[in-house]
Amino acid sequence: MGLLQVKQVSKSFRGLQAVRKASFEVPEGSINALIGPNGAGKTTIFNMVAGVLAPDSGEIYFQDKPVHGLRPDQVCAAGIGRTFQLVKPFAGLSVLDNVMVGGLLRERSTQAARRISLDILDKLRLAPKRDLPASSLTLPDRKRLEVARALATRPKLLLLDEVMAGLRPTECDQMVEVFRSLNRAEGLTILLIEHVMRAVMALAQHVGVLHHGEVIARGTPAEIVRDPAVLECYLGEETEI
Amino acid sequence: MTRAGIGLAALSLLLLFFPAFAGPYALSVATLILFFAYTGQAWNVMMGFAGQLSLGHSLYVGVGAYAAGALFFHYGIGPWLGLWLAIVLCVAFGLVIGFLAFRFGISGVYFALLTIAFAEFTRIGFDHLDWLGGPGGMFLKVAQRDAWDLANFRGPPLMYYYAILLLTAAAFAGCWLLLRSKAGYYWQAIREDEQAAQALGVNTFRWKMLAVAISSAMTAVSGVFFAFYYNNLFPEQIFHISRSIEIILGPVIGGIGTLFGPILGAAVLTLLSDGITEALAALGWEIPGIKQVFYGVVLLLVVMFLPHGIWPAVSRKMGIGR
Repeated sequence: MGLLQVKQVSKSFRGLQAVRKASFEVPEGSINALIGPNGAGKTTIFNMVAGVLAPDSGEIYFQDKPVHGLRPDQVCAAGIGRTFQLVKPFAGLSVLDNVMVGGLLRERSTQAARRISLDILDKLRLAPKRDLPASSLTLPDRKRLEVARALATRPKLLLLDEVMAGLRPTECDQMVEVFRSLNRAEGLTILLIEHVMRAVMALAQHVGVLHHGEVIARGTPAEIVRDPAVLECYLGEETEI
Repeated sequence: MTRAGIGLAALSLLLLFFPAFAGPYALSVATLILFFAYTGQAWNVMMGFAGQLSLGHSLYVGVGAYAAGALFFHYGIGPWLGLWLAIVLCVAFGLVIGFLAFRFGISGVYFALLTIAFAEFTRIGFDHLDWLGGPGGMFLKVAQRDAWDLANFRGPPLMYYYAILLLTAAAFAGCWLLLRSKAGYYWQAIREDEQAAQALGVNTFRWKMLAVAISSAMTAVSGVFFAFYYNNLFPEQIFHISRSIEIILGPVIGGIGTLFGPILGAAVLTLLSDGITEALAALGWEIPGIKQVFYGVVLLLVVMFLPHGIWPAVSRKMGIGR
């Protein structure tokens, strides 16, 4: 059984069908990617899982419990952490305090939250910058802060919304390494939406492809890049002359 | 001991022994400063910490003042009981406003407008409550001013000075603790980015309601103090929007969201505006409304040159935290 099960989920905005009966599963302990052209409905699916949007129809189960229609904070408390595509640091707070907000979800005392936050900052190589205001961070560091904050809520499933976008290849590789070790060492399950194929190929064991709100292909990265339907949606239909 | 600690200790000592060398006028100015410092601190919990802009805090001052004042006026019940009635009523008002706003996603400027609206229609309502004196006002009996009658909170100006000093100190310590607690972290997260806070498991509705409850309870106490210090209450004065603005000027000028900001702001504003009025009076000029003009100018200068308020700039210069 999958840790996360998305079943026949649909969502439309004022008549525009953003997601059409999308179904997929995220097995426990795996790293999964959701790819697709712009406007394919990736972020909409993401927001439905994270509780920002309620699906029009369909169901979403996490650890076999329904999470569709819950508020974002309830989804987070259930064990799903997320990052934002457009980073949202608490600009006026220090890097450490940013992470502590996440840490306080499962820790009663601020001391305990500080301890686990420092641990996580260490993992993401942000420890030297812990006392700086978040507003002074560069974009790669802000992306790392997004991840650190989400990890501090101790999620079982981590949703990553284009964390690699805007990173240089070396920075991207560093991030990949961080996620890999989290997955391996702590059994963290990851679902990422990503445009950077370099990261998808390096990380994901399962890939789902969305096109016009529908899941058109599923498989390993190697299978996906050979799938005719995927090639068609990325490169255009073959036309006969 | 840190520099901030030494400064705080020195300030406390100064304020504690201030009446020993201050005349009646200086004492009344100091009482006024502390009143605005305390009330500003209460407002700061909602706006400075949790980022919810209230432009209607006169509502809580007024309701608190009238609640305790009416108990004393009609039944001779002292403020120690009236205080609780004031707090319960103000928290109830605050929670109703908060519920309406936060449940229906009203925030920012629209939330501010809602708080003004509530303060305004409470003012109009009180104008029509004959039991509380209506527009003619309610006057608490001033018995004798020499003896400290703590049970009924009647006494000389010195007693009120120490009472408001105690309140200000307690509010300062309480806010210091709050900022270091889970609530403080969550409030600041909501202030900085509500959506991000929610994604980290923060039930933003609940924590915003808590901020409103604490802020309105603190302001209720300030209303009780007001009633027993000034002894006369008029809806047109106490609920007026200019009163709300006066409350927030201190923290805005001193530094929103800081602990010293409300105190520093209240001191700067009151000292300067009283100083200017006195100076003009000495020159034989009585200009009505000069205080409001002065407030406007100070606000303009601070917004232009110190958009975060005076305290953050001062504390950076002195090398101490906020």
